[in-house]
Parts: sequence; C-alpha cells; structure tokens
Amino acid sequence: MESIIEQIINGLRTGSIYALIALGYTMVYGIAKMINFAHGDIIMVGAYSLYVFISKLHIPVFFAVLLSILVCALLGIAMEKVAYKPLRNAPPLAVLITAIGMSFLLQSLALLIFKANPIPFKSIIKLAPVKVGSITIAGISIITFLVTTIIMLSLTLFIHYTRSGRAMRAVSEDREAAQLMGIDVNHTISMVFAIGSALGAVAGILYVCQYQTLQPTLGALPGIKAFVAAVFGGIGSVPGAMLGGILLGVIESISKAYISSELADAIVFGVLVLVLLLKPSGLLGKNRIEKV
Amino acid sequence: MTQKIREKMTGKNRWFIMIGIMIAGYAICALLAEGNLLNRQMKSLIVPAGINIILAVSLNITTGFLGELSLGHAGFMAIGAYTGAIFTKYITFLPPVVAFFIGILLGGIMAALFGILIGMPVLRLRGDYLAIVTLAFGEIIRSVINAMHITGGAKGLAKIPTYTNYTWVYVIMITTVLVARRLLHSRQGRAIVSIRENTIAAEAVGVQVTRYKILAFAIAAFFAGMAGVLYAHNFSILKPDNFDYNKSIDILVFVVLGGMGSVKGSTIAAVILTVLPEVLRSADDLRKLLYALALIIIMIYKQGNKRGWLGRLFKKKEAV
Amino acid sequence: MALLDVKDLGISFGGLKAVEHVNLSIEKGELFGLIGPNGAGKTTVFNLLTGVYQPTCGTILLNGKKLEGKSPAEISRRGVARTFQNIRLFKRMTVLENVMVAFHNQVTYSLLDGMLHTKRYREAEKQVRRQAATILDVFGLEDEKDTLAVNLPYGKQRKLEIARALATSPQLLLLDEPAAGMNPNETKELMDTIQLVRKQYGTTILLIEHDMKLVSGICEKLLVLNFGTELASGVPEEVLKNPEVVTAYLGE
Repeated sequence: MESIIEQIINGLRTGSIYALIALGYTMVYGIAKMINFAHGDIIMVGAYSLYVFISKLHIPVFFAVLLSILVCALLGIAMEKVAYKPLRNAPPLAVLITAIGMSFLLQSLALLIFKANPIPFKSIIKLAPVKVGSITIAGISIITFLVTTIIMLSLTLFIHYTRSGRAMRAVSEDREAAQLMGIDVNHTISMVFAIGSALGAVAGILYVCQYQTLQPTLGALPGIKAFVAAVFGGIGSVPGAMLGGILLGVIESISKAYISSELADAIVFGVLVLVLLLKPSGLLGKNRIEKV
Repeated sequence: MTQKIREKMTGKNRWFIMIGIMIAGYAICALLAEGNLLNRQMKSLIVPAGINIILAVSLNITTGFLGELSLGHAGFMAIGAYTGAIFTKYITFLPPVVAFFIGILLGGIMAALFGILIGMPVLRLRGDYLAIVTLAFGEIIRSVINAMHITGGAKGLAKIPTYTNYTWVYVIMITTVLVARRLLHSRQGRAIVSIRENTIAAEAVGVQVTRYKILAFAIAAFFAGMAGVLYAHNFSILKPDNFDYNKSIDILVFVVLGGMGSVKGSTIAAVILTVLPEVLRSADDLRKLLYALALIIIMIYKQGNKRGWLGRLFKKKEAV
Repeated sequence: MALLDVKDLGISFGGLKAVEHVNLSIEKGELFGLIGPNGAGKTTVFNLLTGVYQPTCGTILLNGKKLEGKSPAEISRRGVARTFQNIRLFKRMTVLENVMVAFHNQVTYSLLDGMLHTKRYREAEKQVRRQAATILDVFGLEDEKDTLAVNLPYGKQRKLEIARALATSPQLLLLDEPAAGMNPNETKELMDTIQLVRKQYGTTILLIEHDMKLVSGICEKLLVLNFGTELASGVPEEVLKNPEVVTAYLGE
C-alpha cells in the first residue's frame, strides 16, 4: 500500500513537470496552430542555463533561476520571429519540418558547446524529506508540487482576468477577427511563446534537479511525452494540459513499477494512440468542424 | 521534348533502353567497388549510400508524394532489420543467397504489415497529429525490441552473417527507384498525390483517401524494411538505438534537401549526405548542426519557390 | 422517379440548426438552381449531398438508392460530382493530371500492372489520356494541358474544376457558384459551356448562385433557401414573384 502511494507521488511529480511543458505546447498550438517541436529542447536550454549560471558564473541560486527563465523566454520569442513567423501561411508540413529543424539546431548547439558526455549537476533544492505516517515525500516532490500549483493558478488568473490574457484567447479563437478588433497579433504570439518557454525553463530546472545530470538530448523525451500529455488533455486547452500531464506522469510511474520499466515508454505512447483513436479532441478539448 | 521521346519509346524498345541504363549503372558501381578509383574508406561508403537512397526514396513516397510527415521511418527499418537478421541467423540450412533473398523479402513484408497495421487506425488523422503518432510508433517499436529476448534486447543482436554487398544493394535500390517513379505515373500514384494536393477534392472525385494513405505507407514501409535487412547484414550487429528518432530525422533531411516529391533529388541528396560527413571527418557534431540549418533554411526559402534547391538543379518536371 | 429525391434534410452543428426541412426533387436532365442570400445554407446542402457532412435527419435518394451515410468517395462513384465555392484544384499537378485523377474509378488496373507497365496499363493510360483530352477540349483548356493548375488564370481554374467533376461521368453535377469572381463576359461564356455540357453529356445539374438574374435565365426550376430553410420552390417566374423571396433579397 505504501509503495503504491509512493509511486503515485513520484508520478505526480513527473506529471507536474509534464504538465508545465504541456502548457507550452498547448498555448502555442492554440495561438499559432502549430506543434512547436523545439519546445522540448527549451527545457534542455533551461537546464543548461541554470548549470552555467550556477556552476560556471557562480550567480546566487535565486537570480540564476530567474536568469534561466529569462534566457528561455527570449529564446522562445527569437525562435518564433526567425523561424516560424515567415511560415505563418505556409502548409503545415513546412512549419513542422522547420520546427524539427529548430529542435535539432538547439540540440546540436548544445552538443557543440557542452559535448555529448553527461555533466553531473547538484540539485539546488535542499529541502529535507517529509514523513507522513509511513510515507516519505522527497523535498524535490514538495517543491515541484508547490511551484506547479502556483504557476497553474497564476496562469489561469492571467488568461482569464488580464487584458493580455483576453487578447491571447481572442487570437487563438480567430486571429483575423482579433486583429480587426485592434489586438496586436504579433505581439500576442510573441508573448505566448515567451510564457510557454518560461514555463519550459521552470520544467527544465525542476527536471535537472530531479535527475541531476545534463545531456544535450535531455529535453527530447520529456518533450515528446509532454506533447502526448497535451493531446491527452485536449490540445489547445490549458486545464487539459494540466490534467493530461499529471495523469500521464502517474500512468508512467505505475507502469514502470508494476508492468515493466522497459515498456513504460511504449505504454505512454500507447496512451497517445488510444486517445487519438477514441477521442481525438482529448479529455477537455473541443471538436472543431472543418469548413469546406 | 522528353515527352515526345517518351512517347516514341514504347514497348520493347523502352525496356531495352532501361535495362541498358541499369546494366551501365551496375557496371559503374562494380568499377567503383572493385577498381582502384576509390580508397578503402570511400569504397566502404558504397553500400551505406545505396541503403540511404532506398530509405530516402521510400520516405519520399509518404512525405513527398502523399504529403504526410512520417517520423517513424526508422521504426519500419528496424522491423525489417530484425526480421531479416533473425531469419538468416537461425535458418542455416539454406544456401546464403536464398536465405538472404527470403530474409530481405520477409523484412520488407513484415515492415509493410506493420505499416498497414499502424496505418489503419491512425491515418484518419491529419498533419501534425499523424506526424507525432508516427514518431510515437517509432519509439514504441524501439522499446518493444529493447524488451524482447529474441532481438537480444538492449545488448543488441550480434553475429549476423554479413551477406550485404553492392550487388544486392544495387538491385534493391533500382527496384525502389523504379517503383517510386512508376507509381507517380499510375492511377494509384495520382490518387496519392491528389490527396496531398487537396484531400477534400480528392474524395469528391472518388479517391478513397484512407485506402491510398495506407497504400503509400505500406509501400514506403516495405522498402524501408528491405533497407533495414541490408543494413543489418552489412554491420553484423544491430542495436535498438540504431533506429531512434534521430535516424528518422536523418532520412527526412535527405528527402527535404533533395526536394520533396523528387525521386532524383532524394537519390542525389542521400549520396551526398552519406559521403560528405565522411570527407569532413572531424565534423560529426557539426553535421547535426548543418542538417538543422538546412531544414530551417530550405523551408523558409521554399516559401517563395516550391521545390528544394537540389530538385531545382534538374529542370525536368518530375514531381507531379 | 426523380433522379435526386431529398426529403426533410437537416443538420445541426452543436445545437445550431444550419439546415432544416429541405426538400428537393430533381428530374433527369434538369438544370436546377439553388439560390438564397449569403449564409442561407446552400453550400451546407451541397456538403450534405456529397457526404462531407452527415445529415442529422432526412433522406437523400439517388435513383431511389440511399446516399446518406455514404462516404464522399462512394457518393462520387455513385454518380454525384461537385465543384467548390473556393476552388479546390490539385494545384501542383498539371491540368491534364487534374482531370486524369477523376477517371480514377472508371479506368482501373492493378498496382502491379502499373509497376510492370503491362499492356493493360499502357492501354488504360492511353484511354484515360484521350478521354481527359476530350473533356479539356470542351472547356477550351487543351492548350494548357501541361500547365500546373496553380498557374492557370482564375477563370480557367473554375473551368478546370468543372471539367474535373465532369470527368467522373456523373449523373448529377453540383456546381457551387461557378461564376463567382468572374466578369460578365466570362460569366456568359461559362454559362454557354454549361449549356453545351448539358447537351453533350446529358448531365443533370444543380447550381448554386446568388445572382438571381443569372439563375433565372438558365435554370428550369429553383429552390430558394433562407436561414437554412426552404423559402420557395418552383419555376423561376413564380418563385421570383414570391413576396417572401423579394423581402429576403432586398430586406424590409
């Protein structure tokens, strides 16, 4: 009994990270109607930035975290401006290939700068584990839950109650109409990329604190899994991404513990296939009818 | 002009010319492989180049002709590779040529079956979703191979007989290229291309979209599977990680660089991108960077003109 | 028996009734007009007839056989062809190839025939080319047969779409605003071609248009839609005098 609860807690922790990444996918998809394949690699950039700021430049942890988030947000904006904006009216295939190129670009730059060998990194989270009855909850889990909860609450408030949040929703509903209403579409899209990438940075920081090692490809797998989570919850839906991420984390953790650690990835991707077959719009997504 | 020549070259006449070209091509391959024109290092690239051509041309059928991004091509290759390798490794009573031939066919058929199996439920999806699901399937295939015993798991499958030589590769490569080109000039191929151009209009003129999507996936998987068998019997050891997502992207780069939909472009790009990294020995890390830049720049540049730059070097209108 | 018999056709999107209680009966050989102001549901009716949307209620019979619930490809095979309001050509295929695709279900050979270039393949391809060329002739597109569809001027793109639809040898041809965006000369020429097609191929035509003058000139019967429901139907002279129709078009 204790072990299953611990597995669920582990799952919730990984799931929270997936949820943070999935938010980036879903928001960008909602507004730019594209899958930002490079989003997973933003996580990697976030993790490496933290490493550079702390281990190389010896900046205090708090500022290092802020700077890492800033680096990713700027990177997100730059990426959109350079690679995706010229392709706004291009066929989806071209956009997708560009995004894959972007993902490869970030990975190969990291490879050139930091080399392929894993770099060890000591977690910045120094909270002692908490014991509840016979169950131990690691410090990193507590911090992850806290951070994720705060981010999700503030994001929800932001989307629903601020001017920029309203602009975001308007643009994702109908870009042209939003433009006619005087919303600066370019600015709004940049903002979404910035927010999505900032969340990615947070996810990257939490991720590297959990695994304590850095590799240029570290973002790829969590990136793809978070995408699965976004689809699971219903792509384009912010609450969907949160729900999908957390559920997927739990599913993964349980399969690892009770089915097979080798097949856990296969099971996660199996979830994607099942969702797309049974309910392509995801748990909380809405159906759209194609206009002919 | 070419059209006229083509019309004149009917029936037997055309067969003779084609067979002539094929034999000439084979003679060149043999000369390169056996003669003294190339050094050892270059000679060792002939087989991988041929395999890459098969992979690129077959991926072009799904990505170029059908217009659906498939990110699991390495998965089909893996299925073929393991099927063929396990067959030739354990069926020892047949003469090598026969065993290898059956192995290649089996590898292709198994991959095609998976192509259909995966395709049937999934091809109802479009664009982005389909791409991600093919990626997911590629990863599922890899992790299942990793977890199986008969495949040797993560340690890999070793001591596969090294049957692959340039003759086998040449034959399969020519078949792939021929099938891809002829497909474009057949009713099935036109149906596939029409789906890429406008799915709704294709349906409206009676093209059964799902059926032809599956057909395109099955043909592509078939050849990828055969390429996998050749690959397995070239290096004699297989590991699941040979077939990860990066491998699929490598193949995609051949297709994009060669010009999507252009068989000739894929062929040339595959050869250049096999040889180039070897020539620029030290630059393996750089290779990935260059590939990435190539993908982005070509896509942005293409917005103004519809073909990859390599494709445009050859003016003949090949892609329909 | 009417060629097309539609009874009580309707569809709703998430509770919103886009089309309701539409009845339509088209005799063989007729040129039938479907008119109505913008947003009246004309294109939706086409999408229902061709299987792009599945109706929420009602029946569609072609030659007495059920069409509803069939896929667009199946409906095309049964003899209903259409054009689209916003042109949908196979842009990066040549004009000839656009039409050749439409012969897909008429001239058949196996994949293996195509790979081996058998006699069967060569003869079938020759036949398709000849027939496609004939149709292009009718539409005056024979000189552009090797042009990519995307490079055609607008008017010819519209024509090519009709040519492609006709190549499926339909019993019923649905034209969605074929004259949209054309100048009066082009429109006139197009209408002549449509008349010619009727004579030459004996095709029954259902035509969407919101230019009433144009429609009343060539159509034998009309159905007027407004807000997704039938406003009036019958011969043009009567329909156009109907006060409700006049109001719908001119406003109160």
